[in-house]
Amino acid sequence: MTNLLSSSNAAVSTQPEVEAEMAAVAATAVEGEPQPRLDYPPYRSSLLRHPTKALHPANPEGIELWSPVFGEETIDPVEADLTVQHEGEPLGERMKVTGRVLDGDGRPVRDQLVEVWQANAAGRYRHEKDQHPAPIDPSFSGVGRCLTDAEGRYEFTTIRPGPYPWRNHRNAWRPAHIHFSLFGTDFTQRLVTQMYFPGDPLFSLDPIYQSILDPWAREQLVASYDHDVTEAEWCTGYRWDIVLTGSHRTPLEEEA
Amino acid sequence: MNLAPTPGQTVGPFFSFALVRDGYADLVSPEHPHAITLHGRVFDGAGEPVPDALVELTQGGDQGWGRAPTDDEGRYAFTTLSPAGSFFAITVFARGLLDRLFTRAYLPDAVDEAFLQEVAKDRRKTLVATADERGYAFDIRLQGDDETVFLGFPRH
Repeated sequence: MTNLLSSSNAAVSTQPEVEAEMAAVAATAVEGEPQPRLDYPPYRSSLLRHPTKALHPANPEGIELWSPVFGEETIDPVEADLTVQHEGEPLGERMKVTGRVLDGDGRPVRDQLVEVWQANAAGRYRHEKDQHPAPIDPSFSGVGRCLTDAEGRYEFTTIRPGPYPWRNHRNAWRPAHIHFSLFGTDFTQRLVTQMYFPGDPLFSLDPIYQSILDPWAREQLVASYDHDVTEAEWCTGYRWDIVLTGSHRTPLEEEA
Repeated sequence: MNLAPTPGQTVGPFFSFALVRDGYADLVSPEHPHAITLHGRVFDGAGEPVPDALVELTQGGDQGWGRAPTDDEGRYAFTTLSPAGSFFAITVFARGLLDRLFTRAYLPDAVDEAFLQEVAKDRRKTLVATADERGYAFDIRLQGDDETVFLGFPRH
């Protein structure tokens, strides 16, 4: 019965057991697999939530070549600064994160909505179901929005989030991250992902990060520290560019 | 140029406080004379409801986008209009789902659509909504015998 128990009761797995599972999956990586494996058993919640059948090839039709437009009037500029949304100032390392949103052809994605959400400096989300016994910061909601500019640039001022424990296995911890939600010009370009921080010691331990088997692809989720973004006597700065999948709107360039 | 896309990651469990806003599930006012409801449930591979999924609906036009979380029974609902084309375009996110999934909810009378004819007959019904007194019902099964057909687009 131990087999059944150990595979169905995820809470009993240890970190070394999960790392061994991750290594076993990594050994099956194939060339050109830039997206996470949806079927990734080390991430326990994926077991019953990944499709088992191949995606059905489809050419985008009609409304799939369309994407919503969120007008300037719907976004308050203050939403891009997560440190000024309350009366008091949030605790933690004040930081700026900026970068460009490009499509697969290198074109800037202009005037499009970027949404972010994150834990506070102590690693606690402002969400009723987050049970991590770390303090809530009354001065920090951890939610931001902005529109990209004409060059596809976004910029948020926030607090560097802390890592936090979760219940995937015993003593499981997520590397610090900021969730990003992005739209392109086509329905098919929709992206929800997570931005990480350079040099995080939890990378090799984390099944969500490691679900992307290609090391180069994984690193695309890691921001760079950028001293030109850092502001003197004010905040640190990080740069992170985002590439959406190719648009289908215009004829594709000939392959060289 | 063909840049490598940034990989996706799961939406996680704690998205509602950021991504769910008043009015997002209403593509039109419930008072609109032609308003209908597109609703359904999201299930996992054990047939259990998924209470922390996020469903987005895209229809085009001025009001053509919406977003609705699932409730404790895995239910989502949008107030909208019948689509101009033959299907509702749907995106699914969830804790446990490492990247978003795309699908289509075809109208019940669209069975002759060329795309549906390409799909194996026994799976075709997973792409077709059923009409009911509220509008249309469309369940999404992430895994299992009746697994929904999810779509892969070129260059993705």
